Amino acid sequence: MADRRHHTETSYGSGKIHVTNLKKNFGKLEVLKDINLDVTEGEVVVLLGPSGSGKSTLLRCLNQLETATAGQIMVDGHQVTDRHTDINKVREKIGMVFQHFNLFNHLTVMDNMTLAPVHLKLMSKEEARHRAEQLLKRVGLEDKAQAYPSQLSGGQKQRVAIARALAMKPDIMLFDEPTSALDPEMVGEVLAVMKELASEGMTMVVVTHEIGFAREVADRVIFMEGGYIVEQGTPDEVILHPKKKRTIDFLSKVL
Amino acid sequence: MISIVQVYGSMLLTALGRTLLMTVLSLVFAMVIGMVFGLMNVGHNRILNCIGTVYVDAVRGVPLIVLAYFIYFGVPAGVQGLGFAGFRLSGFQAGFIALSMNCGAYMAEIIRAGIESVDRGQMEAGRSLGLSYGACMALIVVPQAVRTMIPSIINQFIITLKDTSILSVIGFPELTNVGKTIMGNTFKNLQTWAIIGIMYMIVITTLSKIAKRIERRVNRGR
Repeated sequence: MADRRHHTETSYGSGKIHVTNLKKNFGKLEVLKDINLDVTEGEVVVLLGPSGSGKSTLLRCLNQLETATAGQIMVDGHQVTDRHTDINKVREKIGMVFQHFNLFNHLTVMDNMTLAPVHLKLMSKEEARHRAEQLLKRVGLEDKAQAYPSQLSGGQKQRVAIARALAMKPDIMLFDEPTSALDPEMVGEVLAVMKELASEGMTMVVVTHEIGFAREVADRVIFMEGGYIVEQGTPDEVILHPKKKRTIDFLSKVL
Repeated sequence: MISIVQVYGSMLLTALGRTLLMTVLSLVFAMVIGMVFGLMNVGHNRILNCIGTVYVDAVRGVPLIVLAYFIYFGVPAGVQGLGFAGFRLSGFQAGFIALSMNCGAYMAEIIRAGIESVDRGQMEAGRSLGLSYGACMALIVVPQAVRTMIPSIINQFIITLKDTSILSVIGFPELTNVGKTIMGNTFKNLQTWAIIGIMYMIVITTLSKIAKRIERRVNRGR
């Protein structure tokens, strides 16, 4: 893996994610206007901003669940905005966690976690099962391997979803409001898993409204509004000492 | 009534067998047609969408009896006009084609609706794991869609079973057609059609009961 990255890497340096002049329109609506963003290996970046500011769209552009209207996105040395790039191959290395979990409802937790690695022939069935068991232990759900998603609480579902993404051995993890659909008492257990992941050096891009998580875990906080990056910096700079009026306004409402 | 059953009993049962066979064969083929056109309508390829829509609208826009006549009389006439003088379709062949096409159009709609009932996030989660569109459809979306489709499919099975009676007009010797023959031989109009009606009723009621049971089991597993 490290070798491949070395070969395909261009002059972009050690950047894991490199976004240049990204624009995204939905019909006539410009959701992302001109986004430039670099995420380095092992960095935890939190995207903050009011709803409709484009943060989820930016995240979904990174693995091309949304196709960019203009601009370039390099992930892991691959030009994902290039039509000739095998996007499925790149996505294998980019885990994604969704607001609504999106566990496969017809499959057990175990099958949720082994489906993709086995189907894509990345692992044998036994390997995948073994890895799934380890990951479930890590997120504290080793006894739920044979449960169906409908039998789990929201917090448990989201932890399984994280474990499912990790089963692919990703280099990067994207989190799209992972705690927004959870009951308040379940937010903590999901954030704890994410914190642990961050401390292990996973490269993470997180869209969230959890300011506390951003302060504690983020290496960098990016505040977005109206399709632009308004302000970015360390959590200290952006959350405690914001400079731009729009950031101050937003934070005064959520803090 | 009893004399009809005595004399024509085995003939009636054979005819019922043909009715059921025609229904099952058409349904199986209609599933294939429905899957193809249903998937065409679900995807985002404009050309495929267009083909799918035209098929469904065209077939649903024509009464089955007209479709049956078209295939039984119209198509061979056209093919003969092209120089294949001996070309003909049997009542069974034409009936099978007409019924499959008709049922296939409805099946396409059932399959499309079933697939669209599955949350978009299921496909997105699969794609985000690196699975292709086709793999996501086959492994994730369709298996979940089938559950919601089962009641409609069984309902369509019953409709198609009843529709086989229309094939009596192109000479396929299914139950209704045999009824006409018996009526002509015996002149016992009331008894003949009462028997035929009861035979349909028994089969269809049995199927409905089975359908209810399957539906209940599917819903319980949710």
